[in-house]
Amino acid sequence: MKPFGYARPRSLDETYDLLDQAGPGDVRMIVGGTDLIVGLQNGRLAPELVIDLKHLHDLPAGIAHSPDQVSISAVTSLSEVIADPQIRDTFPALVEAASTVGSVQIRNRASLTGNICNASPAADTAPALLAYDAVVVISSRDGRRRVPLRDFILGPRRTDLQPHEIVTAIELPVPPGPLGATFGRLTRRRGVDLATLSLCCAVGPRRTRFAFGAVAPRPFVVDDDSGVLADPAADKEHRERTLREMTAAARPITDLRAGAEYRQAMLLVLSRRALAAALERRDASPDLHDGANP
Amino acid sequence: MTDTYPLRATINGVPRSIEVSSTQTLLDALRWDLDLTGSKECCAEGECGACTVLVGGQAVNACLVLAVEVDGLDITTIEGLATGGRLSRLQDAFLETGAIQCGFCIPGMVMAAAALLDENPHPRPDEVREGLAGNLCRCAGYQRIVDAVLVAAGPAMGDDASADVPEHEELSA
Repeated sequence: MKPFGYARPRSLDETYDLLDQAGPGDVRMIVGGTDLIVGLQNGRLAPELVIDLKHLHDLPAGIAHSPDQVSISAVTSLSEVIADPQIRDTFPALVEAASTVGSVQIRNRASLTGNICNASPAADTAPALLAYDAVVVISSRDGRRRVPLRDFILGPRRTDLQPHEIVTAIELPVPPGPLGATFGRLTRRRGVDLATLSLCCAVGPRRTRFAFGAVAPRPFVVDDDSGVLADPAADKEHRERTLREMTAAARPITDLRAGAEYRQAMLLVLSRRALAAALERRDASPDLHDGANP
Repeated sequence: MTDTYPLRATINGVPRSIEVSSTQTLLDALRWDLDLTGSKECCAEGECGACTVLVGGQAVNACLVLAVEVDGLDITTIEGLATGGRLSRLQDAFLETGAIQCGFCIPGMVMAAAALLDENPHPRPDEVREGLAGNLCRCAGYQRIVDAVLVAAGPAMGDDASADVPEHEELSA
């Protein structure tokens, strides 16, 4: 590792001061450090300063619930997200996605926010967060702004986060009506492996959304608002054609995990399976009979 | 900039105070500064689990934690499991089931298993495998390692624990 300074601010204001003093691009935040320290070790990252966000009195770890949304603090570990009963209940695809990250040891350290801020095209939690319309809460001395996750990740390892800002939370709106969502992932082996591809399918009364990971420069969303995929009784060929069109939006590359053609082919297969599982989950959800609006 | 930072932590129940540089991992500090060489370094990128220790009771990869980050926290390493000169029930179970081949992965396996049993005292075999999914054994001795954890999780036993551990079938042959 190249030498760097380590700072442990006690408040958001202290953190903003540190960001102001540092040159742009020279600072990295640490929460879990499971990506950061690998980058420091192999020399890909060489910051002047590492700021530890785990000791801010005004940014405690935790998950805040309200009737219409869940807010996950930036310093909350994936293990905490996975264990939260309400997240398990309302956002099962996020729990499935978070459970595939690394190992127990990794999930005990790694944060959901860190997984997003690193903006890997293969970030496991990104497809699920995209499917649930996650919003990134960004704080700076100038105040707060909220950016939909789909606009936050700009490309491989690039985000909309400015040098004077930090991400303080990820918010998930509680789905207004019945929604069945599932997460799918293809890897070379189970456990501690990056995704060859990942996806989340979320089906509401009419809309079917796919969020795809590891098959384009950034995770992305495609929606079917025609209702044909959300209706298991719709014309089979029409459904298959729609699914093919949606997965054709992927732009996979060939790398050591898989060839582009294989990724494209498997994306269709996994999408089919995820759709079936998401429909099953939607139709098993008790909300369906509450007369919720479409 | 090669500043040093104070690290005061409770390590295996003993308060310790050392100076570390920002670039030192927890694993470096344990092995080089505190002479606790039970935690092993292998991949140094969180793939193998040989460096697993407990931070605040949770299993983590010590190679992916900066030493400065654990200031003020409670650390348990493999050296901290035995009490009064006696191995823990979990360690005994690893011996009884013949789970240890070359031994390099074992400190990490035992610590991951200790964290698992702390949270889930009677895990199913699949829960044990999931709990140890972040630990690689290049001898491929996984079956007996899983057996060891299941044996350790067996019915609660008294002080004379090792004598009561059921004999592994293959071993008694």
